[in-house]
Amino acid sequence: MRVIQFREALREALNEEMRADKSVFLMGEEVAEYNGAYKVSQGMLEEFGEERVIDTPIAELGFAGIGVGAAMNGLRPIIEFMTFNFSLVAIDQVINSAAKVHSMSGGQFNCPIVFRGPTASAGQLGAQHSQAFENWFANTPGLKVVVPSTPYDAKGLLKASIRDNDPVIFMESEQMYGDKGEVPEGEYIIPIGVADIKRKGKDVTIVTFGKIVHVVLAACVELEKEGISVEVIDLRTVRPIDYDAIFESVKKTNRLVVVEEAWPLASISGEITYKVQKEAFDYLDAPVARVTSRDVPLPYAMNLINEALPNIERITKAVKGVLYK
Amino acid sequence: MPKTPLFSPKDFYFCWLTNLIAMTKTMAKKETKEKYGKETYLKWYELMFLIRKFEEKAGALYIQQKIRGFCHLYIGQEAIVAGCEAVLTPEDKMITTYRDHAHPIGRGMHPKFIMAELFGKITGCSKGKGGSMHMFSKEFNFFGGHGIVGAHIPLGAGIAFADKYNGNKAVTLCFMGDGAVRQGAFHEALNMAMTWKLPVIFIIENNQYAMGTSVERTSNVTDLYKLGLAYDMPSFPVDGMKCEAVANAVEEAAARGRKGEGPTLLEIRTYRYKGHSMSDPAKYRTKEELKCYQEQDPINDVLAKIKDKKYASEKEIEAIEEKVKAMVEEAVQFAEQSPFPTIDELYKDVYSQPDYPYIMD
Repeated sequence: MRVIQFREALREALNEEMRADKSVFLMGEEVAEYNGAYKVSQGMLEEFGEERVIDTPIAELGFAGIGVGAAMNGLRPIIEFMTFNFSLVAIDQVINSAAKVHSMSGGQFNCPIVFRGPTASAGQLGAQHSQAFENWFANTPGLKVVVPSTPYDAKGLLKASIRDNDPVIFMESEQMYGDKGEVPEGEYIIPIGVADIKRKGKDVTIVTFGKIVHVVLAACVELEKEGISVEVIDLRTVRPIDYDAIFESVKKTNRLVVVEEAWPLASISGEITYKVQKEAFDYLDAPVARVTSRDVPLPYAMNLINEALPNIERITKAVKGVLYK
Repeated sequence: MPKTPLFSPKDFYFCWLTNLIAMTKTMAKKETKEKYGKETYLKWYELMFLIRKFEEKAGALYIQQKIRGFCHLYIGQEAIVAGCEAVLTPEDKMITTYRDHAHPIGRGMHPKFIMAELFGKITGCSKGKGGSMHMFSKEFNFFGGHGIVGAHIPLGAGIAFADKYNGNKAVTLCFMGDGAVRQGAFHEALNMAMTWKLPVIFIIENNQYAMGTSVERTSNVTDLYKLGLAYDMPSFPVDGMKCEAVANAVEEAAARGRKGEGPTLLEIRTYRYKGHSMSDPAKYRTKEELKCYQEQDPINDVLAKIKDKKYASEKEIEAIEEKVKAMVEEAVQFAEQSPFPTIDELYKDVYSQPDYPYIMD
């Protein structure tokens, strides 16, 4: 099968959906003339023109709100945040406007909008550029939150997100844009809310999503050398969460580790742990373990970053812990 | 809260007169005497009287606890909605703040759907899910009452963006209070709307108080229309106690929008007779100040003109008033008699997706 970059997969999804539906447009900082801060939208200005690929001033609050208003009035905006770290000045528009208009209007208005861009850390960028906000958005009814980990998933899920009639938060990673993966020619859709087993195994289940999937898979290779077989569930979507996929795996392995890049309090891992103890308590042979970012702002120094983020060492330790090894 | 007002009523009065003179100079010279005829004046009177009576009833029902939550009344500001509606088409759009009972009435919605919403009934214009601050009507192109000060201003620009994108000739009226202009969302929206020439009219309903804080206490810039000049936007002050002045200003702004010339900022100077919300006794202002504005009451103004020009007899005026009172009564009865939403409505209208898997424990 053909192999392309993560950014190319995203671009294919954007191009295909914009060709198919004139109500779809792309708006954000540097998306047009600069061809995208991370080159996701390269060439799109040339194909679609300045009416549909729109550079904005640095005003996330304003253009996020313009997107919501346009969505309420019949368009299907794709609003790019250069990173979700910059989305906090616009989070009012996401939480108070996009997520609420359908409910507050008794179902009269909907908001078919995609807010997309990279989330979480991406090297030594300092505390303000290194935060994972998946759980913040996932907390809010009215939103859907998609966090793909491969080029294949990214394309299929972005197409589904653009076609969705509800507001979707679509979270990527600067560190994945150059990742290569198999993506078939032609159109396909991956439904929102369906997890994917990224690795089959029998001893322990690891649930994770987004960029951290790759750290987990690397840890699994190390664990395999020690004879430990891990099943990796990539949630792909953290609102809604495919709980059934988790329960099914845990009923087989009887042990669960949850790994994510967010901070521990009120995280996705906390939610999954609650659901598993409630629905699969009798199947558990050990307490659920988790690996998150350390409960501190991410520092700059590389050795401190290595300690703060989920890494192979911490993941293998957690897996061995639930195996009492 | 200062014990004595920062400005005496006399100051306000002089401020008002100064403003009127400034407006006369700024606005295009227009012969308003003949522009609006009998039909318009009678419509204005009926609409403004309806808004006034509806809001008075809502206030009374709030005290009786039939209406709960926050409740912000439009009494004193009626000429703004009435003036706008005289020059709009049904295809034009409106979006506003939480002081939002009057705008959908102006758009043509029967007040019973607003009253039912205030009662939290399923027959309300937002199915009892919005309440006083969140009236909506897709049918009447009313894009809602919004509860976060200033946050809906970019939405107004976005609604206009969609109409421009689709080549529609509609304009969007985006209303806000004087408090909202101190929010970043206002400035970001104005900047992009002007840069992209969006067909939107930003209307500041300057009732002079952001809750209890007077305009003078929030910035050195107290002529709020001047904020638009920073973005090279056509920006004007308008007398909000006169329907004709509002209609003229909005008509010109709408023409600019429809011609692709972009947005306009109108600072429409008005006054709310009641507190910020039902729970506000408005102790930050004097009785004299209130009286000063009530003497320029927009409904009395229109009525005086109707009588002066003999557009209607006493009997015909009385008939309008009786019709309005009957409508308000009908609205209350409709709201009283309508059912509350059934419990299964809780999980409806949150997502467009009909089978969204809610977490149910």
